[in-house]
Amino acid sequence: MSAPMSAPTLAEPPVAAAKPPRPPRNRLRRGLSLLVLRDYLTLLVAVLVVLLPLVYLGFSSFKSPSDLASHQFTLFPDRWGTDNYTKALNELPFGRFFLNSTIVTVVGAGLKVVLAVMTAYGLVFCEFPGKKLIFWAILATLMVPPQVTVLPNYVLISGMGGSDTYWGLILPGLGTGFGTFLLRQAFMQLPLEVLEAAELDGAGHWRRLWHHVIPMAAPSIATVALVNVVYEWNDYLWPLVITNDPNMMTLARGITLLRNSDNLAATVGPIMAGTVMVLVPVLLVFAVLQRHIVNGFTQGGVKG
Amino acid sequence: MTQALSAPRRRRRFSLKEALLFLAFVGPNVALIAVFTYRPLIVNVYYSTLKWDISSDFATKVGLGNYREFFRSGEAGHVLLTTAIFTVATVGLSLALGLLVAVALNRKLPGVGFAQATVFAPYVLSGFAVALLWLYIFDPNIGALGAILRSIHLTSPDWINNPRLTLVMVIIVYVWKNLGYAAVIYLAGLQAVPTDILEAAELDGASAIRRFFSVTFPLLSPTTFFLLVTVMLNSLQAFDLLIGLDKLGHGAKTLIFDAYLTGFYDGDAGMSATMSTVLFGLLAVLTLFQLVFLERKVHYR
Repeated sequence: MSAPMSAPTLAEPPVAAAKPPRPPRNRLRRGLSLLVLRDYLTLLVAVLVVLLPLVYLGFSSFKSPSDLASHQFTLFPDRWGTDNYTKALNELPFGRFFLNSTIVTVVGAGLKVVLAVMTAYGLVFCEFPGKKLIFWAILATLMVPPQVTVLPNYVLISGMGGSDTYWGLILPGLGTGFGTFLLRQAFMQLPLEVLEAAELDGAGHWRRLWHHVIPMAAPSIATVALVNVVYEWNDYLWPLVITNDPNMMTLARGITLLRNSDNLAATVGPIMAGTVMVLVPVLLVFAVLQRHIVNGFTQGGVKG
Repeated sequence: MTQALSAPRRRRRFSLKEALLFLAFVGPNVALIAVFTYRPLIVNVYYSTLKWDISSDFATKVGLGNYREFFRSGEAGHVLLTTAIFTVATVGLSLALGLLVAVALNRKLPGVGFAQATVFAPYVLSGFAVALLWLYIFDPNIGALGAILRSIHLTSPDWINNPRLTLVMVIIVYVWKNLGYAAVIYLAGLQAVPTDILEAAELDGASAIRRFFSVTFPLLSPTTFFLLVTVMLNSLQAFDLLIGLDKLGHGAKTLIFDAYLTGFYDGDAGMSATMSTVLFGLLAVLTLFQLVFLERKVHYR
C-alpha cells in the first residue's frame, strides 16, 4: 500500500540546483566525453531494441504469405500488399471490434473520471465522520489484482445476463482507486483562499466543484482520463471471459481469435495486421500526448 | 505522507446536509468497489471450500480439501517456483536495466526526450498484442531471431516447445515491455540526487564508478524500494503477455495464470478460487513484509 502513496513525491523531484561552471581540466574533459559516448550508446541500443520489433511488425503486416514464411530475414516486403488486412477484416468483424473498443473505452474511462472527481471532491471538501477510513478502503483496492476478482464477478455478471453486453463489459471495472487517489492529492493542493472566497460569495458545493475545482485541477483530471483510456483500450482478461460473441468483442479480445490455429506460419499475416490495428491507435495517442501519459502512469503506481 | 499534504482546514460543525452530499459524491464509487472488489475477495474464500464445476449448478462442500489437494499434488510447488523465477527475474532485470537507461537519460544530451518516450512506449501497449508480435519474432522456423541466428550459422533455440526456454522468452518480452517504467522512475530519483555531494566526492578524487556506487546508489534507495514494491506487484499480476506467448501455460504457468486456466479452461471453479485466495494472501503478506522490514533498511536523507 505504500507504493501508490510514495509515487507522487518520486515523480516530482525537487529541482536540482544549477551546477557551477567547471574548471577546464583535460583529464576531466576526456573522462566526461567517454561517459557521454557510453551513455549515447546505451540510449541508442535501448531505442533500437524498442523500435526495431515495432517497425518489423509494421513492415511484416504488408508482406505476402510466402515472404512471411521465409526462413531468411528480410525487413522490407518483397512485394507490398494489403492482403493480410483484407484477410483479417474478412475473417473477423474488425469494424465491430473497433466500435466496441471505442464504446467501452469512452464510456468506461469517462465514467471512471466522473466517479473519481466526485469521490475526490467529497473526500477533500465535505465533512463526514470516518472519511479517512473510507479513503484507505478505496486506496487498498490498488493492491487487489483484477485476476483475483474475475471468477466471482464472472459468476455474478453472467448470472445477471451480462455476458456479451456493453454493460457487462463496462460495469465491474468502474470503481476507481487510482483516479480517486490522484485527484484527492491534486484537490488538496488547490489554493484554499479561492474556494473560501467562493463559499463566502454563497457558492454551494456544486458551483464550487464546476466553477473552481474542476477548472483549476484540469491537468490532473486530464492525466487520470488518459491513463484510464489506455487501460480500458488494452484491458484483456475481463473482455476475454465475459464475451463469446465476436460481435461484442473488443479489439484486444478479438485478436485472440486469430491465434486459434497452432500453425503460426499459416495465420501470421492476418495476426500481424490485427496486431497493427490494436497497437497503432495507442501509439498515435502516445506520440501526441507522451509527456502527460508518462506522468500519469508513473504517478499512479500499479494500475488504472 | 497524506496527512502532511493536506492544507490546514477549518473544522466545521457536522451538518446532515453536508453528510448527505458526501454520500452522494462518494457513495457510487464506494458501492462499485464494495460489490466488484471486496465482495469477490470474500466470495473466493467461500468458493475455495467447494468442489464445483463452473458449468454446473451443483457443488459439494469439501472444506479445506482444495487447499490440501493444491499443496499436496505438487502443482503448488511447480507453480510457485515458476511464479518466483518469473517475478525475481523480471524485477531484477527491470531495475538493473532501468537504472542503466536512467543514468544515460539523466545526462542532458540532445535527443534524450525522444529516447525517454521511446523506451517508455511499450509500457502503454496491449500486452496481448505485444505477445503476438514477439511470438512471430521468436518463432524458430519463420521468426526474425531464428533467421538472424541461422545467418551466423547458429540454430534457433526451441522457444515454443521447451518449457524452460518458453519461460525465458516470456521474461525477456516482459522486461522489454516494462523496462521504461523503471527507467522513468529512476530518472526522477537521479534528478533529485543533490549535485553538491557528487561534486565533493569528485574533488576527493572518487572515480565515476565509485561515485555511483558509494554516493548515487545509496541515495537512490527510496526509489529502489518503491520500484521493488510496484514492479513486483505488477509482475505478480502479469497475465495478458503470458497467455499470449504461452497459450496453455506449459512453461510460464504462474499462480495467476494457473488460476485462470483452472477456472475458465478446466472449469474447476473451486480450485481456481483456492489459487486466487492463496495469491491474494501472498500479495498481502509481501506488501506487509515490505512495509515493515524493507523500508527500515532504506536510506532516507
